[in-house]
Amino acid sequence: MKFPLALALSLLATPTLADWQETLEAARGQTVYWNAWGGDARTNAFIDWVGEQTEARYGVRVEQAKLSDTAEAVTRVIAEKAAGQDEGGSVDLIWINGPNFLAMKEQGLLHGPFVADLPNARYLDLGPTSPASVDFTVPVEGMESPWRLARFVFSYDTARVAEPPRSMAEFLPWAEANPGRLTHPDPSNFMGATFLKQALIELTPDAGVLQAPVTEAAFAAATAPLWDWYDALRPNLWRGGETYPANESVQQQLLNDGEVDIAMSFDPASTAAAIADGLLPESARVFVPEGGSIGNVSFVAIPFNAANKEGAEVVANFLLDPATQAHMQNIEVLGSFSVLDPARLDAAAKAGFAALPSAPALPTLDALGPTLLEPHASWMTRLTEDWARRYVK
Amino acid sequence: MSHEGRVLRGVVLAVVVLGLIAPIALGLWQTGRAAFGILPALGRDTLSLEPWRDLAALPGLATSLRLTLVTGLGSTVLSLLLATGFCAAVHARMSNATGARLLTPFLAIPHAALAVGLAFVLAPSGWIARLLAPLAGWERPPDIATVNDSWGLALMVGLMVKEVPFLLLVILSALSQIPVARQMAAGRALGYGRGIVWIKIIMPQVWPLIRLPVWVVLAYALSVVDMAIILGPSNPPTLAVALTRWFSDPDPAMILPASAGAVLQVVLVALAVALLIGAEALGKRLGRWWLRRGGRGLSAEPGLWAASAAVVALMAVGMLAMVSLLVWSLAWRWSFPQIWPESFSLKPWAGAQRGWMRALGNTLVLAGATAVLSLALAIAWLEAEDRARRSRAAWAEALIYLPLLVPQIGFLYGLNVGFLQVGLSGGIWAVIWAQALFVFPYVMIALSDPWRALDPRMIRAAAALGAGPGRRLWAVKLPVLLRPILTASAIGVAVSVAQYLPTLFMGAGRVATLTTEAVTLSSGSDRRVTGVYATLQAALPFAAYLAAALVPAWVHRNRRALSGGVT
Repeated sequence: MKFPLALALSLLATPTLADWQETLEAARGQTVYWNAWGGDARTNAFIDWVGEQTEARYGVRVEQAKLSDTAEAVTRVIAEKAAGQDEGGSVDLIWINGPNFLAMKEQGLLHGPFVADLPNARYLDLGPTSPASVDFTVPVEGMESPWRLARFVFSYDTARVAEPPRSMAEFLPWAEANPGRLTHPDPSNFMGATFLKQALIELTPDAGVLQAPVTEAAFAAATAPLWDWYDALRPNLWRGGETYPANESVQQQLLNDGEVDIAMSFDPASTAAAIADGLLPESARVFVPEGGSIGNVSFVAIPFNAANKEGAEVVANFLLDPATQAHMQNIEVLGSFSVLDPARLDAAAKAGFAALPSAPALPTLDALGPTLLEPHASWMTRLTEDWARRYVK
Repeated sequence: MSHEGRVLRGVVLAVVVLGLIAPIALGLWQTGRAAFGILPALGRDTLSLEPWRDLAALPGLATSLRLTLVTGLGSTVLSLLLATGFCAAVHARMSNATGARLLTPFLAIPHAALAVGLAFVLAPSGWIARLLAPLAGWERPPDIATVNDSWGLALMVGLMVKEVPFLLLVILSALSQIPVARQMAAGRALGYGRGIVWIKIIMPQVWPLIRLPVWVVLAYALSVVDMAIILGPSNPPTLAVALTRWFSDPDPAMILPASAGAVLQVVLVALAVALLIGAEALGKRLGRWWLRRGGRGLSAEPGLWAASAAVVALMAVGMLAMVSLLVWSLAWRWSFPQIWPESFSLKPWAGAQRGWMRALGNTLVLAGATAVLSLALAIAWLEAEDRARRSRAAWAEALIYLPLLVPQIGFLYGLNVGFLQVGLSGGIWAVIWAQALFVFPYVMIALSDPWRALDPRMIRAAAALGAGPGRRLWAVKLPVLLRPILTASAIGVAVSVAQYLPTLFMGAGRVATLTTEAVTLSSGSDRRVTGVYATLQAALPFAAYLAAALVPAWVHRNRRALSGGVT
C-alpha cells in the first residue's frame, strides 16, 4: 500500500472526492501535451519522470511540447481561437506565470477555476495574499496551479571573483572596476526583465507603488533613479551593452566560458545542478542582494479549449503531491523549492523533505534572505518597452 | 498532345495549385488581413492602418531593416562573387564529381546545426580564440563581439558558409552546359587573361542558368530565422527574428503589427529581387559597351586567388564548426582556454536518449514521407511534360519557385489559422504537408535538368520496340535516372530535416524533430546536448547523400555507361 491509512482517510473525507473520481476515470488513457520551456535539460528530465509516474498510477501520459518561449503556447491557443476551435485544442497544460498568465486570463483563454478541486490543493496555503494565490499581484482565482518556487539569484565563480556586489547599487562600482565582465539577458526575455525589476525595487524611492497597476506619472517618478543607474552601468557591460545574451542559459554558458563573471537564475538550485552536470566549474556559488530578491511561483494552467482537461488536472494534482514535491526539491533531480505549506504537511511528508541531500553550492533558505514581491505585471511590460525605446537603436 | 498526357498534366497541375500554391495564398491572405487590423479572435474586425503605425513605432525597426538588407544582400552578393572567382580559378583543375563530393557536407548540414557549431568556433571564448590564447596571453576571453556583432558579420559568415557551396554546385552544373574549355582557349588566343575571359564570356552565359537559384539564396538570406537567432545581432535583431519574437509576445495584440511586419518582409524580398533584376538590366547595357570596347584589361588573377583563398577559409571554418559539434557531444568539461576537452563522457548521448530517439523517429518519418511525395509529384510533372511534348512555360517555372521566394514568416501564421479552420493542425500530416511546400521545389529543380538531359534515342528505341508510355517510364526512364532520382530524394531529405518554422507552427510544438529540438536547446546552456542533436541533424542528410551515391553504384555495378554518366 503506497498511501498511509491516514492519508487515505483524509482523501475520503474530501467533499469533492466523488468529482475527483470522475476526473480520474475520464483522464485514464489521455495524453497530456504539457507546453513548457524546453531550454533546461533537468526540467525536461523531470517532466519525463512526471509522465512515467502519472502513466503508471493514473494511465495519463505526458508529452512535453518544448517551447523556446512560453508565449508560443499562448499564440497557439489564440490561433486556435481565431480558427474557431473551441474544443480539442492542442495545448493541454502550460507552464506559465506573470504577463503570459495575465494575457490569457484577460482574453478568457483559460479553463477553470480548477485548483480548489484538486485533492492535493489542501497542502497549499491559498489565503488571499499567499504567494500561491497571487501571480505578479494578479489574483490567481483558481485558474492556475502552482508547482515550483522561483527565487531570483545571481551566480558567480569564486575562483575569479572574490567579493560579488552586495546590492544592485553596488553593481555600478563593481562594473567600473571590472568593465566587460557583467551583463544580463535581453529584457525581452523574462530573466532580463527580472534583473531590471530587481534594480527597480531596490532603487525606487517607494517600492509600494509597484504593487498597483502602472500609471504614466507613477512610472516616470519610480523609474528615474533606475535609468540614471543603468545609463552609468551600461558602458561597462559586456560588449559595451551593444548586445545581450538571449536568456539566462546562454548567460550561464558565458559564465562557464569565462566571458562574464556573473550569471543569474530564477532557481537557487540551478548553480549546484549545473556543477553536477559539468556545466559550471566546481568553484561556482550563489549570491543574492542583501535586501533580498524577487520571488514568485511557477504555475501550470489549462487552456479553455484543451483536449485533455481531465488528464491535465490529474497532472497538476500529481505535481502537488508531497512526495512529488520532495522528489523535485532533491538537488540530484531538479532542486526547485517546494510550493507546499510546511505547516500543512504530516510527519511522514516532512521527514521526506528533511532527508533530502545537500550540495556545497546549494544555498539554504536562510541564506537567500527575504523574498521581495513581484511588481504588478503591467510594470514589467512598461519597463521592457521603455528599456527598448531607450536602448534599442 | 495525347489524351492521356492532357489528363496527367491536369492532375499534376491541380495537385500543385491546390496542394502547394493555395496554402501559401491562404496564409498570405490571413496574414494580410491581420496586417490591416482584422483578427476576429481578438475581437478586431474593422479595417485600419493601426498595425502599421504600431509597427513603425516599435523601437529599432529601422535598424532591423538595415541589418536585414545588409546581411541578406551582402552575403548573397559576396557569396556569388566568391563562388564565381573560385570556379574561375579551379574549374579546369577539378572534375565535377570531386567538386560535388567536397561540397556535400556543406550542402547536407542544416543551417541551425552549422550555426551552433560556428557560434562556438567564432566566439571570443571559442575554438579559434583558444588556439590564439597562449600566443596572445589571454587568461580571459577578449571582450570583442565576434558573434552576435551589431553589424551582423558573424551572421553573414554563417550564411556564406552555406551559400557559397550551394552556388558553386549550381554554377558547376550550369558550366557543364557550356563549352568552357573551347571558349577559354579562344579567349586566351585573342589575348584576354583567364579571369577576364571568365567575366566577359563565361559568366554572361552562366547567369541566366543560375538566376533563379540566386534569387532563392537572396530570399532565404533576407528571411532566415534560426541562423540569425544563433549568430545574428540581438539588439535589435534582423526583421525576421524580430517578427518571430513579436508573434510570440505575451501581449496577443502584437500579432497585428507582427503581421504588418510579415507583409513588410515579403515586400522587402520582392524589392531585393527587383534590385537584382535592375542590376542585371544595367549590367547588360554597361557590359555590352565594355565588351565591345575590347580592352584586354588588367589581370584579374589576384582577385581570383583572393576569392579562392576566402572560399577555402570559409570551408575550413565550416569544417571546424562541424567537427566541434561532434567533439562537444562527447565532452564533459571543456572550458576556456582548453583547446581540447578536459574530460569526455557519453552522458550527453545516453541522458538525452529518449528525447533524441523520438526526435530522430519523427524526423525520419517526415523526411521519408515528404521526399517520397515530392518525388512522386515531380516525376508525374516531368512525365506529363514529356507526354504533352511541351517544354515548361515560364509561369510553371514560377509556380515551382514561388514557395522558395516568399518568406516563410509571411504566410506561416496565416496558414496555421487556415489549417486549424479545416481541422488539420498539430498532427504529423499537417507538418508533412507544410514541409512538402518547400521540399517539392528543391526536388523538382534537382530532377528537371537530368530528366531533360536523358538521351531521347533510348526512349525512341523503346517506343519502336512497342513499349507504351507507362512501360517507357518504368522500364527505361526511371532505371536510367536512378542516380539523379536518388540525389533529388537526398536533397529532399536534407530540406525536410532542416525545416524549422513550418514544423514548429504546423506541428503545434507536438512534432519534435531534430531541428526543432536543436534550435530550442541552442537557447539553453548545454552545448553538449545541443551537439548531440546537431550531430544527428547533420548526419541524417549526409547519410541520405551517401546512399544516393552508393546505391546506384551498386545497382549499376555491371552497367558501365550508367555508373556516373548521367548526373
